[in-house]
Amino acid sequence: MEPTTRLQEHLRAPARSLCFLLLALPAALLGAVYLTSLTAVGIGLGIVLTPALTVVLRGLADVYRRQIAAATGERIDRPYLPDVPGEPVHKRFVRIVSDPATWRDLLWMSVEPYAVLVTGALPALLVLYGVWGWIIAAFAGRAIGEAGGNDYYLFVHVEGSYGDDPARRLTTVAVGAVLVALGFAFGPKLLGAYGRWGRALLGPTEASRLKLRVRHLTETRSDAVDASAAELRRIERDLHDGAQARLVAMGMSLGAIEHLLDKDPEKARLLLARTRESSAKALSELRDLVRGIHPPVLADRGLADAVRALALDHPLDVEVTADLPGRPDAPVESAGYFAVAEMLTNAAKHSGADRVWIDLRHADGTLRISVTDDGRGGATLDGGTGLRGVERRIGTFDGVLALNSPPGGPTTVTLELPCDLTAATI
Amino acid sequence: MRVVLAEDLALLREGLVSLLESHGFEIVAAVDNGPSLLKALNEREPDVAVVDVRLPPSFTDEGLQAALEARRRVPGLPVLVLSQYVEQLYARELLADGAGGVGYLLKDRVFDAAQFVDAVRRVAAGGTAMDPEVIARLVARGGRDTPVSRLTPRELEVLELMAQGRSNAAIAQQLVVTERAVTKHTANIFGKLGLAVSDDDNRRVLAVLAYLNR
Repeated sequence: MEPTTRLQEHLRAPARSLCFLLLALPAALLGAVYLTSLTAVGIGLGIVLTPALTVVLRGLADVYRRQIAAATGERIDRPYLPDVPGEPVHKRFVRIVSDPATWRDLLWMSVEPYAVLVTGALPALLVLYGVWGWIIAAFAGRAIGEAGGNDYYLFVHVEGSYGDDPARRLTTVAVGAVLVALGFAFGPKLLGAYGRWGRALLGPTEASRLKLRVRHLTETRSDAVDASAAELRRIERDLHDGAQARLVAMGMSLGAIEHLLDKDPEKARLLLARTRESSAKALSELRDLVRGIHPPVLADRGLADAVRALALDHPLDVEVTADLPGRPDAPVESAGYFAVAEMLTNAAKHSGADRVWIDLRHADGTLRISVTDDGRGGATLDGGTGLRGVERRIGTFDGVLALNSPPGGPTTVTLELPCDLTAATI
Repeated sequence: MRVVLAEDLALLREGLVSLLESHGFEIVAAVDNGPSLLKALNEREPDVAVVDVRLPPSFTDEGLQAALEARRRVPGLPVLVLSQYVEQLYARELLADGAGGVGYLLKDRVFDAAQFVDAVRRVAAGGTAMDPEVIARLVARGGRDTPVSRLTPRELEVLELMAQGRSNAAIAQQLVVTERAVTKHTANIFGKLGLAVSDDDNRRVLAVLAYLNR
């Protein structure tokens, strides 16, 4: 968000406040409908209706979260337990009802329409009422009086003789001006108070925050364990079928050579050549294996140079820009490296791109990696692109992945990994 | 010929010492870490250095860094870098100063003593010895529309051998063709890559690599 001056904040407050005033009506309606739906559980209708209404309820709550965030500059996180895809309707109902966030949303929708009148909507009400005072003073007061009306504008009596009493009309203008001024003056304060109460109900409580965190950690931990177990199995298999088998074969050949040395030196020489070849192959297999576990350049030079080395070996034209004043922890570095490798493979396999741009930088405690290609776009997380796998792997480090791939391209994948850098050694 | 050798694994170091000595080299220093390597390169002024990329104390690319550092002080100091793996990035850094006298080989190449010793001599003489794998990967990435992709398979073979630092005669022998045929191929390669022909073997390779590494 761009920085706003205090004056701007004061000027904007009544308009923002008006938006909360307008939201009060749908909120009150929705609260009532939702409550009705819940009470209809007895006749079974509620079980079907509630999940659908929950979507609307959460949608409206999200509108509030966004508006409050815009008014107070503080983000409100969604507190809901995550959806379970393919869940039967009755289970979904139970999950929704047992989620405290649902009840807090409902409480919000039921109480907020009244509470808003003395907090969030007050700046707008003050300004509107002040302007109404000016309208009364200008012509509406006379019209009301002549039509036989008998009314009060705050303490100013508006009746038959109002239109011909300059003192009362002046007082009305002054009172109106004071109200407008109050609306602008206390706008940010009132919105701030409203925001605090909104955050208290709409935001996650400490308990639900912890619950969500635990769930996230459980998922990512099991992903991490699965991934590393699969990796170990692959390494074991590669060693068993590759280098280990070759060493066994070499040992046997050496035994045979020992036997043949005196009897048939010519054949021994032939076997020796073959054994040497075998040892070279074993070495090259080990080399590939090591590259797959932890690339040497990554260990030597860190992420930026390792990605540069990757780019040099890549069939597409890859341009790397990097601004990393230090090195992240080795596991984060490695996750970032393999994510880039996977995305480059994707770009070459699926996108039809000719060029790829990779940008690495670190700011505000976050390592940001973006990979852009000029391919045909239209990539999805689930289209067998391996991006889901990347997302899971960086999830272990609380990393997030954002995909932007409109049809026709370009495709940009951005990764963000929270981490600190240690000073570069080179 | 005076050689400084840096390799941290004692077994391999001794193997290299005896291999090189049996081929008539004089080992003036055999060290096992980066700082001693730099010191030896400065003090002993060898004709060629044979250096392992990964050395203590950091066990990263210490050897390469020391070699590059020494070449900054003594431009063109012949250095043959040995490694368990080859990286284009490192090959590029070694070639970057354009002074020649650079080798970058997989450790496996030591198995073939004759070829290895040949490579050491070539580097000492100011030539280059790039591992076939570096060249193979350069050529493999080729891409869709690079000048390299317009070379015929035979010309690629010649280019690969050329980049390893071999003379036309050696290439001809390896491919079992006449030297005239190789000359024709190299002329074609230079034509397709848009490079001016030069008699100098070393400059030829550098030009090709510089072009591929562009």
